[in-house]
Amino acid sequence: MKKRFNKRLDQLIPWGVPILLIVIWQLLAQVGWLSTRILPAPTAVLLAGIRLASTGELWQHLSVSASRAVTGFLIGGGIGFTLGIINGVSNVSEKLLDTSLQMLRNVPHLAMIPLVILWFGIGEEAKLFLVSLGVLFPVYLNTFHGVRTVDPGLLEMGKVYGLKPWELFLQVILPNALPSILIGVRFSLGITWLTLIVAETIAADSGIGYLAMNAREFMQTDVVVFSILIYALLGKLADSMAKFFEARLLAWHPSYQLT
Amino acid sequence: MASQLPVNLDDTLNCTHSITGVNKGFCPMTSINGADLKVLNLTKRFGDQQVLREVDLEVMPGEFIAIVGRSGCGKSTLLRLVAGLDRPSEGRVLVNGTPVRRVDPSARMMFQDARLLMWKRVLENVGLGLRNNWRSKAKWALQQVGLADRAKEYPAVLSGGQRQRVALARALVSEPRLLLLDEPLGALDALTRIEMQQLIEQLWQEQQFTALLVTHDVEEAVTLADRVILIESGQIVMNIPIVLSRPRHRGDAAFAAIADHILKRILNKADVDQDHTESSQELVLH
Repeated sequence: MKKRFNKRLDQLIPWGVPILLIVIWQLLAQVGWLSTRILPAPTAVLLAGIRLASTGELWQHLSVSASRAVTGFLIGGGIGFTLGIINGVSNVSEKLLDTSLQMLRNVPHLAMIPLVILWFGIGEEAKLFLVSLGVLFPVYLNTFHGVRTVDPGLLEMGKVYGLKPWELFLQVILPNALPSILIGVRFSLGITWLTLIVAETIAADSGIGYLAMNAREFMQTDVVVFSILIYALLGKLADSMAKFFEARLLAWHPSYQLT
Repeated sequence: MASQLPVNLDDTLNCTHSITGVNKGFCPMTSINGADLKVLNLTKRFGDQQVLREVDLEVMPGEFIAIVGRSGCGKSTLLRLVAGLDRPSEGRVLVNGTPVRRVDPSARMMFQDARLLMWKRVLENVGLGLRNNWRSKAKWALQQVGLADRAKEYPAVLSGGQRQRVALARALVSEPRLLLLDEPLGALDALTRIEMQQLIEQLWQEQQFTALLVTHDVEEAVTLADRVILIESGQIVMNIPIVLSRPRHRGDAAFAAIADHILKRILNKADVDQDHTESSQELVLH
């Protein structure tokens, strides 16, 4: 009985500091020491969230942002993955493309924003382009690395045991590269949200970032803080999903056991 | 399950009983399954370095050959040439009369490391590269090595010895006519090694393939082989038949004498202190 209680307590302890901070924040705001123009009370943020959810505004902006994230991630990730596989398998292709990709990689993709606005205006293409560009390189690098680090002993074994080239790819090279590819995917998810936040606050007419910037113009700090929290939640959600897939896909790997 | 056995068990038993004490390779009934191997004037160079010089070797169908020698003497290269993993600089390798040009589908190889695919379960590893009916064949092979109950596990949870047994099952599942063993037991502990030797001997007797074993361990060579071949700087310098009855026991005087003779021959060349080698119980060379 006592042991069980202790275990509960153990799980709760990490939450102590955040809860304490929120309580202090609430108190300071209520007493009036903290101006609502600087930071609204936690309850005010919560109320703003409920208000936005009930008018449907929240869901509209949320779905716009989420679909941008998913689409941009799929385009950039798909290109990065394909290039990583091709350059990993073929020396000719690597020689031809890798240096160019490395040069492009060193341009901070957010530095392209002025140019991107000139090219695409503030439409959807601009956001998708920026997200894809940011996602492409981590996925490319990790896929390439994963394919290149395949154990030559396993390839030799595959040949002796009569695997055809495409079987060798599907059964040996790709699964061997998977842990590395998934690291690239998780890294890219972080970049996806980061890019989207910047792009939506600078040039957009919808999305969570737009919601925040719009609220800023009307001094609605509660909405601004709420938008920031939504971004944090979405980022956490994406990371949890990636972790879940890692655990499923890498069940064979001793370092990724579910238990 | 008996219907899935690839060999007639009665034949095997008759054969091993009737020829106790005689080199098993000469039993006429055992020559059905094993490949006939001829190595003719085989030379292999890597750049300026000559690894094998004009090696000639004939292996009877179903014979078990052990190749011993120091590190870098060319014994593994010989095995890779027979497997078709490397191309000879000169000379030829004939398996059943046909020259080996690429990886030979009737030959299987076991490596020092198990080389299992960590992302495939044990059963899928054993069935690797099989086309039809692979699941039941793989189950049969796993049974042969005594690991049928681990079929659904990932290789990561197996011990080193168990992984090598899975690799052995994978090699045997396609019923090869020629089994090439490249120091497959080198990384195992002494007890597991002896168990694996017994298992390999038993399966060889049942399935009657031709076996070529590269090893550092002279005792292992004498335990398993019909003939022990010593390679020194790329040439065969000794080729002695082992006419001891099976199963062989390390404690026997005859066994010890042969092992000692081979070991001395290997060490003599390098001018190693005689007294030291005679007192040494560990007959493993590095």
